[in-house]
Amino acid sequence: METAYLIETVVKILVILLVFSALAGIGTYFERKVLAFMQRRLGPMNVGPYGLLQVAADGIKLFTKEDIVPTSAVAPIFKIAPIITASTAFMAAAAIPFLPSFTIFGYEVHPIVADINIGILYILGIMGVGLYGPLLGGMASANKFSLLSAARATSVFISYEVVTGLSILAPVMLVSSLSLIDFNEYQSGGITEWMIWSQPVAFVLFWIASFAETGRTPFHLIANDHEIVDGFGTEYSGIRWGLFFIGEYANMFFVSFVISILFLGGYGDGSFLGALGLLAKMSFFFFFFLWTRAAWPDVRPDQLMWLCWKVLMPIAVLNILVTAIVLI
Amino acid sequence: MFEAIAFYLFAFLTIIMFYIAVTTSQALYALTALAAGMIFISAFFFILGADFLGAVQIVVYSGAVMALYAFGMMFFDTTRDLKEKKGNKYIVAGLSTLAAILVVIIFSAPIVGDNIKALYPVVEGAGNTQEIGLVLFTKYLVPFEVAAVMLLVAMIAGIVLAGKKMDASLTLMSEEEIQELEKEKNKEVLS
Repeated sequence: METAYLIETVVKILVILLVFSALAGIGTYFERKVLAFMQRRLGPMNVGPYGLLQVAADGIKLFTKEDIVPTSAVAPIFKIAPIITASTAFMAAAAIPFLPSFTIFGYEVHPIVADINIGILYILGIMGVGLYGPLLGGMASANKFSLLSAARATSVFISYEVVTGLSILAPVMLVSSLSLIDFNEYQSGGITEWMIWSQPVAFVLFWIASFAETGRTPFHLIANDHEIVDGFGTEYSGIRWGLFFIGEYANMFFVSFVISILFLGGYGDGSFLGALGLLAKMSFFFFFFLWTRAAWPDVRPDQLMWLCWKVLMPIAVLNILVTAIVLI
Repeated sequence: MFEAIAFYLFAFLTIIMFYIAVTTSQALYALTALAAGMIFISAFFFILGADFLGAVQIVVYSGAVMALYAFGMMFFDTTRDLKEKKGNKYIVAGLSTLAAILVVIIFSAPIVGDNIKALYPVVEGAGNTQEIGLVLFTKYLVPFEVAAVMLLVAMIAGIVLAGKKMDASLTLMSEEEIQELEKEKNKEVLS
């Protein structure tokens, strides 16, 4: 039993690592294609059919490029920062049920690494730790643009962690559990029992906050494109810069999974159709991340703070109050 | 066996991290080591089966140390070594040794006296989170509420201290209004 469990866990960890590292690469291809089509361009076309091998070309470039550490940077912290972003993204994945449990060769597999009963809290906490990557990278670079970007990372983190936590509290009160599997069971009765119908406000709030959590476009302040430089990534090159990207895209996939499971019924009753449904919902949310990048400008830092503290947080608190009153 | 391995690994890591946090003269090393140490402590909660406390430890301390980074960023050039003002070394060493011994005595006295008993037995069927809720809202209700009031007081004090001209929001103003505000500020500075 013990050995079987150990082997199963190690295999699951390896599968998740490999699948999502690859998906992060393919995610960059999708992003380019989607952005290109929305801007009436073709996007990558030259490497392989429809530019599909662009991912491999990028990979070769990132892995073989010279890795530069600036002389005045704080070298150890500078080197650790990208690893923090990438590793915390995958650590958060430990509590996400990616598919319903299925049987293979007469052995029942639960596609979740650790079904801890505080799943959602753990995922949000670890994703919060992931923001240490941009922060440390920016502060250790000894570059003023990187430092500014690190300051923005801190402000975004401190503000939006509050909205994420408060918005998730009302659904947690309904389900009275923090495990994502319990969330799924609660909504397994079909499309009418989805959390989005009973908690639409929490859904919208969590969705908005997830853009801040992953640092995607309307809140793309951490690596501010307006400064022409790449924020915290200015001094990075080669594989370290690539690790930041793997972390960011893996985070986008994981957040898409979490939103689908929390509010849109997850994998439903656990049938094959339900599993496909979860993947479809996840793909939609991932596509939405790319869509907003094509459609929306970035907001200013003060607008972001204003939105968080004066609009989203009061709404979240009201939502909790109303839910509590209805529940009692 | 895994628990023993995990315990010794994380105990070692935590001690190393806090040692770095105390001894280094580099603000960035100190802060990073502090954050890492706080996060490694959560592993002990997970080993003991207190999942909720472990996750809360990660959430709370990663946020708290993040605020320290913000101050560090404002006050120092964090990429350079700091010149620390060191007073009498013997007084510092003596006081810290005394404090360490006191802490050990305080925590070991009840164990030696065998006075620790679990007054609130585990409720059957209740999860980790529910049990914390049960204890917080029965035995520790008063300390819990007092802590809440204290946090509220601190929050209001913070708002009062920081909130000069909080009724004006640059986001909601038009360009002309912002320029007028700037002029007023300049007048105050000039006069």
